[in-house]
Amino acid sequence: MMLAAPVIAVAATLLVGAALFTLLGHDGPGAVYEIFVKTLFNPYRWQDLLVKAAPLAMTATGLAIGFRANVWNIGAEGQYILGGLAGTGVALATLDMTGSWILPAMFVCGILGGMAWAAIPALLKTTLGVNEILSSLMLNYVAIQILYYLMRGPWKDPMGFNFPQTAMFTADQTLPMVVPGTLIHLGVPLAAAVALTAFLVLARTVTGFQMKVVGLAPKAAAFGGFGAASTVWIALLAGGGLAGLAGIIEAAGPFGQMVPQFPTGYGYTAIIVAFLGRLNPLGILLAALVLALTYVGGESAQTTIGLPSAATGVFQSMMLFFLLAADILVRYRIVSGRPAHAGVPAAEAAADTAAKPKAKAVTA
Amino acid sequence: MFELSRRKLLAAGAALGLAATSVAPAFAQDGKETVKAAFVYVGPVGDYGWTYAHDQARLCLEKNLGDKVTTSYVENVAEGPDAERVIRQLAQDGNDIVFTTSFGFMNPTIKVAKQFPDVKFEHATGYTTGGNANMGLYNSKFYQGRAVLGTIAAKMSKSGKAGYVASFPIPEVVMGINAFQLAAQKINPDFKTQVVWVNSWYDPAKEADATRALLSQGADVITQHTDSPAPLQAAEEAGAIAFGQAWNMESFAPNAHMTAIVDQWCPYYTGRIQALLDGTWEADNVWLGMKEGEVEMAPFNAKMPEDVKAAAQKIVDETKAGTYEVFTGPIKDQSGEVKIPEGEVIPEGDLLKMDWYVEGVQS
Amino acid sequence: MSLDLLVAILMTVAGAATPLLIAGLGELVVEKSGVLNLGVEGMMLIGAVTGFAVATTTGLPVLGALGAMAAAALASAIFAFLVLTLMANQVATGLALTIFGTGVSALIGAPFVGITTPTFGPIFPEALTSSPLLRLVFGHSPVVYLGLILTLAVSWFLARSRAGLILRAVGESDTAAHAIGYPVLKVRYCAILFGGAMAGLAGSYYSLVLTPMWAERLTAGRGWIAIALVVFASWKPGRMLAGAYLFGLVITMELQAKAAGFNMFAPEVLAALPYVATIAVLAIISAAKRGGANAPACLGKSFRATA
Repeated sequence: MMLAAPVIAVAATLLVGAALFTLLGHDGPGAVYEIFVKTLFNPYRWQDLLVKAAPLAMTATGLAIGFRANVWNIGAEGQYILGGLAGTGVALATLDMTGSWILPAMFVCGILGGMAWAAIPALLKTTLGVNEILSSLMLNYVAIQILYYLMRGPWKDPMGFNFPQTAMFTADQTLPMVVPGTLIHLGVPLAAAVALTAFLVLARTVTGFQMKVVGLAPKAAAFGGFGAASTVWIALLAGGGLAGLAGIIEAAGPFGQMVPQFPTGYGYTAIIVAFLGRLNPLGILLAALVLALTYVGGESAQTTIGLPSAATGVFQSMMLFFLLAADILVRYRIVSGRPAHAGVPAAEAAADTAAKPKAKAVTA
Repeated sequence: MFELSRRKLLAAGAALGLAATSVAPAFAQDGKETVKAAFVYVGPVGDYGWTYAHDQARLCLEKNLGDKVTTSYVENVAEGPDAERVIRQLAQDGNDIVFTTSFGFMNPTIKVAKQFPDVKFEHATGYTTGGNANMGLYNSKFYQGRAVLGTIAAKMSKSGKAGYVASFPIPEVVMGINAFQLAAQKINPDFKTQVVWVNSWYDPAKEADATRALLSQGADVITQHTDSPAPLQAAEEAGAIAFGQAWNMESFAPNAHMTAIVDQWCPYYTGRIQALLDGTWEADNVWLGMKEGEVEMAPFNAKMPEDVKAAAQKIVDETKAGTYEVFTGPIKDQSGEVKIPEGEVIPEGDLLKMDWYVEGVQS
Repeated sequence: MSLDLLVAILMTVAGAATPLLIAGLGELVVEKSGVLNLGVEGMMLIGAVTGFAVATTTGLPVLGALGAMAAAALASAIFAFLVLTLMANQVATGLALTIFGTGVSALIGAPFVGITTPTFGPIFPEALTSSPLLRLVFGHSPVVYLGLILTLAVSWFLARSRAGLILRAVGESDTAAHAIGYPVLKVRYCAILFGGAMAGLAGSYYSLVLTPMWAERLTAGRGWIAIALVVFASWKPGRMLAGAYLFGLVITMELQAKAAGFNMFAPEVLAALPYVATIAVLAIISAAKRGGANAPACLGKSFRATA
C-alpha cells in the first residue's frame, strides 16, 4: 500500500502529461519518452541524476522529520542558503590555508548556519506561538537578500573582474569525488547515509516515536510526556541542519564557489520530494531521483524534440497533484478494508496526508 | 536492481574517464560535411531580450547554412551545476560545438571543455577559457551602441538629464553607462545621467516603476540595461523617449522608441560554424562591434528630427570606419579628476573590469 | 517637492499597491475560511497570461480581466478539489499550484511574446484629470478603484454579513461549525474560488495595465508578497489596504530616492524589509494574543467530517 499511491501518481502523470502536451501542439508521447524513459537508459545520465538528487534527498529528509510531527517548515530554501553562506564564510577565511580539517569545518558551519536560520521560526513558535509556515517562508526572502548583499559587497572576489561572486574554493575546500572519473562527489553517499540514518532513527528511537506520536495524536503525546516545544525544536533544527548541510555540499561541490545564482529552489522542490517520498526517508531517496529525472530528462527533451523548459514544472506539479489525489483513494481502500484499524488515528490527525502511512504503523 | 545500476554506473564512469583522458590530436582538423550545434540559454527564448536575440541568431544561422547545420537549444538553464550538467549532456550527445550564452556559464564551460577535447565550446561574455584550446570567447561591443544612444539623448533631451534603468553594477553595465554619458557629454557638457539600480535583470513592474521615478525626477530620456520592454512602455505613457534593449522593441512603444541596440549574433555564429565546416576553427577571444555587424542600431524612429538622425548616423558610420572611439580621453571621473588624459584610449582589458563612473553619472 | 512630483509618486504607489491588494484580499478570505493557499503566484501568472491572450484576441481588456479571473479560479478549483474533497496537504498542494501555474502560463503564453495589448482607458472624462490634484483622484486605472471597492466589500462581508460570519466560524473551528450544521466544505470551496479569481484579476493587472505585455514569470514573485501582506495585515481587510499601500510607498520611495541621487540603504535592506516587517508583525500580534492571535485557528489544516 505504501507504494500504490506514488506508482499510480507517476503513471497518471505520464498518461495525462502525454495527452496534455499533445493538446498543446507538442509531441506528447515523445515528451514522456524523452523525459522519463530515454534518460533512464542512458548510463551517462545516471551520475547527473545522483548529483542532482543528493541535495534534494538530504533537504527533504530533514523536512520529513518535521512534517511527520506536523511542523511545517517551508523555509528550507533559506536554511539551505544560510548553510551555504556559513560554510563559505569558513572557506573564505581559510583560502590561504591547507589541511584536511577545513572541509569538515565548512560542513559543521554549514549545518550550524542552517540550524540558526531554522531556530528563528522555532523560537517564535515555542515562545509566542507564531505560525511556522509563515515565518519560515518569509525568512527565505530575507536569506536571499543576505546572499545578494555578501556577493555584491564584502565577499566579492577581488580578482573576479568585478563580478558579484566569491573566489573559487581551494582543493582543500572542495568535495572529493567518490567515484573517480565521474561527478559523483562525497555529497551523494552522504545524502544516502543521512536518509538511512533518519530511517533508523525514526523507526527505532524514542525521538522518532515522539515525532510520530506528536504528529498523529497531539493529545496522546502530551499525556505521554512528549513536549510540544521540544518537538518543534527537534523538527526545525533537523530540517534546518540538513538543509544547511545540503547547502554547503552544493557550494563546496558542484559550485566550487558562492554565487548569487546559488539558490535554485531546492528548498521548495524538497517539499515535493518529501511528499512524493511519503515522508519516509527511503521513499525520499527514490522520489529525489524521480524529481532529478524530470530535470535531467526535461533538458534532454528540449534538445531532442524542442519541448519548452516550462514542461518540467508542469510534469512536476502534475506528479504531486496526482500523488495527493491518489493518496486518498488508496487510503479509502484501507479504511473500507480494515475499518477497525485505520479510522481513529486518521481522524485524530485531521486526516493529513502526512499522517497516513504512519497511521498504519501505529495501529499495526 | 541497485546493484545492477551501480555496476552500470561504474562502467559509465569508466567510459567517461576514458573519454576525458584520450586526448585527440589537437590541431589535426578536417572539414565536416555537417555540423551539429547546441545553444545554452540563461533565460527563456520568450524573454524578448538577451536570450531571444541569441535564439533569433540561431534561427538565422540555420537559414544561412541550410542542411549543413542542425541546431538545438536548452533554455532557462540556471548558472552553476545545472549549466555544467546541460553543457556536458550536449557534448555527450554528439554536438560538434556548444555555445554558452551567459557570463555565469563560464566556469561550467571551462570544466566541461577540459573533459571533451574533441568538442568545441564558445562562451559569451566571459574573460577566461581556463587554458582550454577547444574553447573560445566572444562578446560584442554593445557600448558602441550606447554611444549612439547617448548622442540621441543629449540632442533630444530638453532637461539635459537621462534616466538609466540598470540591473547590477558589473563591468558590462558600468561600461555601457559610461559610454552613454561620454557621448551625451560631447553634445551637452552639462548632461547628467541618473542611474537607478533595480537589482534584477528582469522585473517588469519594478523596471516600470523605476522609469516613472526617473521621469518624475526630471529625466526626459530613458535608457535601460535590463531585459524587459517595461521601461519603454512607461516612457511611452509619459511621452518621453527611450531606447530598446537587445532587440527592436518598437512594437511596445511606437512613439517613445527612438532606436535600439540590436544584438546581432548571427554573423558570428554563421562564421564559426562555417569555420568548423571548413576545418579552420580555432579557439579565439573576440570582442566584435558595429564594424563586424555584431552590434546594430534598429531603424531610427520617423519622429526623430533630421539633425539628430544625422548626428547618430555619424557616430555609427565613424564607429564602423574605426575613426570614433567613445572611450578616448580626456575622461574625468565622478569627482572631476582627469582619469584618462587627452588622446589616450582606455585599453580593452581595463574596460572589461571597469568599476568607476565618468563625470556626470549619478549613481 | 513640487505638486506634480508628489502626485506622480502617489499615482505610482497606487499602481504598485493595487495588484497586491487585490490578490491579498482574495487570499485573506481564503485564509479566513481556514485554508492556506500558497499557489497565489501561480494563479496570478495564469491570470496574467489569460488576460493578455483574451485582451489581444478580442481587443477588449475588460474581457481579458474577466477571462483572467475565470482561468485562475479554475486553477484554484484544482487546489480546492485536492485539499477539500481529497483532504490533501495544503502546503504541498499550494506549492504544486505555483509550479503548475508558472509552467502552464509559459506554455500558453509562447505565441504572445513580443506584442503589446489594448489597455483600459480612463473611466472618467478627460476634463476631470486636467490638474494634478484632480488626476490624483480621477486619473487611475479602473482597477485601482476596483481594489478600493473590493476592500470595502470584503470588509463588510466578513464583519457584517451572515455568510461572512459563517466563513469566519468555519475558519475558527471547522468541527464546531460542522456540528452546528454549516456546510464547511462548500464555504471553503467558495472562498478558494474567490481567492483564485482575485489572484487572476491581480495577475491581469500586470499584463494589461502596469506593463501591458506578456513574458514568462511576468509577476516576478509578487504573489509571495501578497501572501506576506495578508499576515502583515493580521487578516483584516482595512489593514490589508494599508499594508499594500505602505508597501507600494516604500518601494516607490526607494526608487524615487535613487532617482534623486540618494542611496540611503543597501538595496538588499529594503528588499528584505517587507518580509522582516511581516515576521515582526506576526511576533507582535502573537505575543499580544497568545495562541495564534487573529490567525484563523484552523489555518492550513484539513477538515474531515466525522459524523
